[in-house]
Amino acid sequence: MSSTINNNSRRNFLKVGAFAGGGLLLGFNWSTAEAAGTAVLNGTSVAAGGVEFNSYLSIAADGVITILSPNPEIGQNIKTSFPMIVAEELDADWSKIKVVQAALDNKKFERQLTGGSGAVPHSWKRLRNAGATARHLLVEAAANRLKVPASSLTTDKGMVIHAASGKKISYGDLAVDASKLPAPAEVKLKDRKDFKLIGKAVRNVDNKEILTGKPLYGLDVYREGMLIAMIQRPKAFGLKLKSVDTAAVKAMPGIVDVVTFNNNVAVVGKSTWQVKKAKDALKIEYEKDGNLESTSDHDRIFQELLNKPDATVRRKDGDVEAAFKNAAKVIKSEYQCPFLPHSPLEPMNFFAHVKEDSVELIGPTQTPDQARNAASKITGIPAEKITLELTRMGGAFGRRLMADFVSEAVEVSKLVKAPVKLMWTREDDLTGGYYRPAVRYRFEAALDTKGNLIGYKLRGVGMNTGNSTRENNFPSGAVDNLLIDSVEHKSPISTAPWRAPITNFLAFAEQSFLDEVAQAAGKDPVQFRLELLDKAKKAPVGDIKYDIDRMKGVINLAAEKAGWGKKKGVYQGFSVYFSHASYVAQVGEVALVKGKPVLKKVYAAGDCGQVVNLSGARQQVMGGIVDGIGHAMFGNLTFKEGAPQQNNFHNYRLIRLTEVPEVEVHFVDNGIDPTGLGEPALPPTGAAVANAIFKATKKRLRNQPFIEQEPFKGVS
Amino acid sequence: MAQYKLQINGRTYQADVEPDTPLLWVLRDNLGLVGTKYGCGIAQCGACTVHINGEATRSCVLPVSAVAASKITTVEGLSEKGTHPVQVAWDEVDVAQCGYCQAGQMMTAAALLKKNPKPSAAEIDAAMNGNICRCGTYHRIREAVKLASTKMS
Ligand code: FES
Ligand code: FES
Repeated sequence: MSSTINNNSRRNFLKVGAFAGGGLLLGFNWSTAEAAGTAVLNGTSVAAGGVEFNSYLSIAADGVITILSPNPEIGQNIKTSFPMIVAEELDADWSKIKVVQAALDNKKFERQLTGGSGAVPHSWKRLRNAGATARHLLVEAAANRLKVPASSLTTDKGMVIHAASGKKISYGDLAVDASKLPAPAEVKLKDRKDFKLIGKAVRNVDNKEILTGKPLYGLDVYREGMLIAMIQRPKAFGLKLKSVDTAAVKAMPGIVDVVTFNNNVAVVGKSTWQVKKAKDALKIEYEKDGNLESTSDHDRIFQELLNKPDATVRRKDGDVEAAFKNAAKVIKSEYQCPFLPHSPLEPMNFFAHVKEDSVELIGPTQTPDQARNAASKITGIPAEKITLELTRMGGAFGRRLMADFVSEAVEVSKLVKAPVKLMWTREDDLTGGYYRPAVRYRFEAALDTKGNLIGYKLRGVGMNTGNSTRENNFPSGAVDNLLIDSVEHKSPISTAPWRAPITNFLAFAEQSFLDEVAQAAGKDPVQFRLELLDKAKKAPVGDIKYDIDRMKGVINLAAEKAGWGKKKGVYQGFSVYFSHASYVAQVGEVALVKGKPVLKKVYAAGDCGQVVNLSGARQQVMGGIVDGIGHAMFGNLTFKEGAPQQNNFHNYRLIRLTEVPEVEVHFVDNGIDPTGLGEPALPPTGAAVANAIFKATKKRLRNQPFIEQEPFKGVS
Repeated sequence: MAQYKLQINGRTYQADVEPDTPLLWVLRDNLGLVGTKYGCGIAQCGACTVHINGEATRSCVLPVSAVAASKITTVEGLSEKGTHPVQVAWDEVDVAQCGYCQAGQMMTAAALLKKNPKPSAAEIDAAMNGNICRCGTYHRIREAVKLASTKMS
């Protein structure tokens, strides 16, 4: 049902799309930029190259509808949800839709990257408009042919229907006629109550290829004459290459070359296993190049910076010092998390072939444009001469936003003058850098005699993150006196965004702390949050950058579905978070089994606006919750003198099937446009779980991983 | 280097590789059977699971020299067109997120169901716990194994 097309995607697409057998071809821009609308294309305007569209929709005479999907696919299922949106407005027959993954075309694809949960929100209107335009033209064509007014026609499953006469004409039959009509300046979009496809569960369009083991991923790329490369990077952050003895390794079977660049030693050879063995046999000496930080150093640095007088103030409302002086009760807590690797199951890899005056790149990246620019910089070859073909990604979680592994592949190909597939081993993946950095937060809350929150302070100490807070998130706006500031430590350990950057831990810390405050105030945690939101609504303090009603909506839905406060025999914990542009509330449910807490269930209520594909959306929430539990519970990358101490899944633990609780997912149906879902389900999870564990055991989890804290310490 | 004759998916393949080469890399590098995936290389994640004489086996730690005349089945050999009950169930439940782990998941499930067509929930858990899914599709994996079990003839 789908395929990847190569370089020159646009021209190839036009060939395979409409023009081979004749038909309707529409060009449109799926970005939010209010440039050109949808237009009917004809052979001449396309061939002249004067067409500035980044997406195409074609309807061939045989009725096959082809949609070019421009975004990298990492498992967030946009390759299915994009065409669903077009097909909805078009009233197409879903079984006749073909989806084609576009190669990089940087002028056209303004937002050709995957990150920030932005793909669907970004393109919603454009995709609908394209579908509606095609439908409009087909109806016009049918009206002309049947000599009836367009208003007397309806559409369904790829057919234009004239109810009065019982006549039906298929889209394929009308495609050529439709291509001769001018595109309307404006089209009417469907009322959402008439949606037939959007909001339903539709299976992944790539299922067949995935389930039969087709070569879809970057690691599956094999080309004529291609060599395999692996790199030994410095074994610790803060070391640089001093010397390497390459002779012995070069003599090993299958090894073609050993080259060095930027403190890296690359082994290049004929097969993966030969290269892996040779890499393991390298004898390399390093010397110190910077601080060699250990996890114990980070703990010390955090303590120092928590008390640093000059922090960067992120938000200040009212008079926080006075509020704390007048407080009846003050609550103060600190929360900390460790470094985490992204560990997508497909390790980093990329294919590069640097030729005389062009470069061919193939592989998994969330930021194809950045990858190409990196290649251009290394080779001096202009970006127009660099082609990039995207492969399906075996997960990413933010790691493939970096272009380091693309640069490495290009460097090696350039040095050995051959096509090269660069592969990271799992060990490389865990020890080779770009992590979610450790962070520590200190929260302080001031309560008056009635248990009202009158003062709130947050200090974030991050590493390489700049601002480790989200100063305008809840409860900002609901507290009269508030101070949020941050301090940063510059670490030589490389760091990068990780699914739901910052909020993946900040949400845990904040939502756990609010639980502590509610308890100190003698209030129910759900009521406490609702009261704060009511206050923010009635008497907002400063700017409010979240939608109070949407947040209340998910709180109420989660509480209702979980039977909050009404259940016996289980202990419940509550958490709610706004991230990116969506809202998710969760209730964790814990039972005591022989005195030990066991996580039984998580209820989730999400508001991501209109759900496009219910199957993908539910999995994003369930997967986000599993991810949230797994990393809160087990994830821990520690350092000793700059060297990561965990290097594969035997000592870096990922959550397994028997460790996941039941998950129940609900969505708020409020009719607003989609606001994204790739990340927002993860942030609230840790606190929903920890707050339930507190209720069950009176043990407050403030640090991750939980497995090293009471009440889990010593439990396997 | 040595010559190996391998019985894979009902066909005979030849490979000229070093004896300690893991079967995984022979499949991928030498024979073009890339459906079997690399995830860890140390028998921890299950992405590389194949059947050796019907047993779910981690091909990343199995030297090709130890395979001999054993019958190997990879995901490509599960069925020609994706019609094995496990593949059908995986499609119907829409299990795959990124999809990278799923070949290994399905091979583990297929080996289980062959021996035990009606496994209990506990038996499913025990069999599937060795396969990591970083995307967290575990709920759907459980559901799909149950569904596949109803489709086993
Ligand atoms: S690759 Fe073999 S178990 Fe992970
Ligand atoms: S679906 Fe991505 S690792 Fe399982």
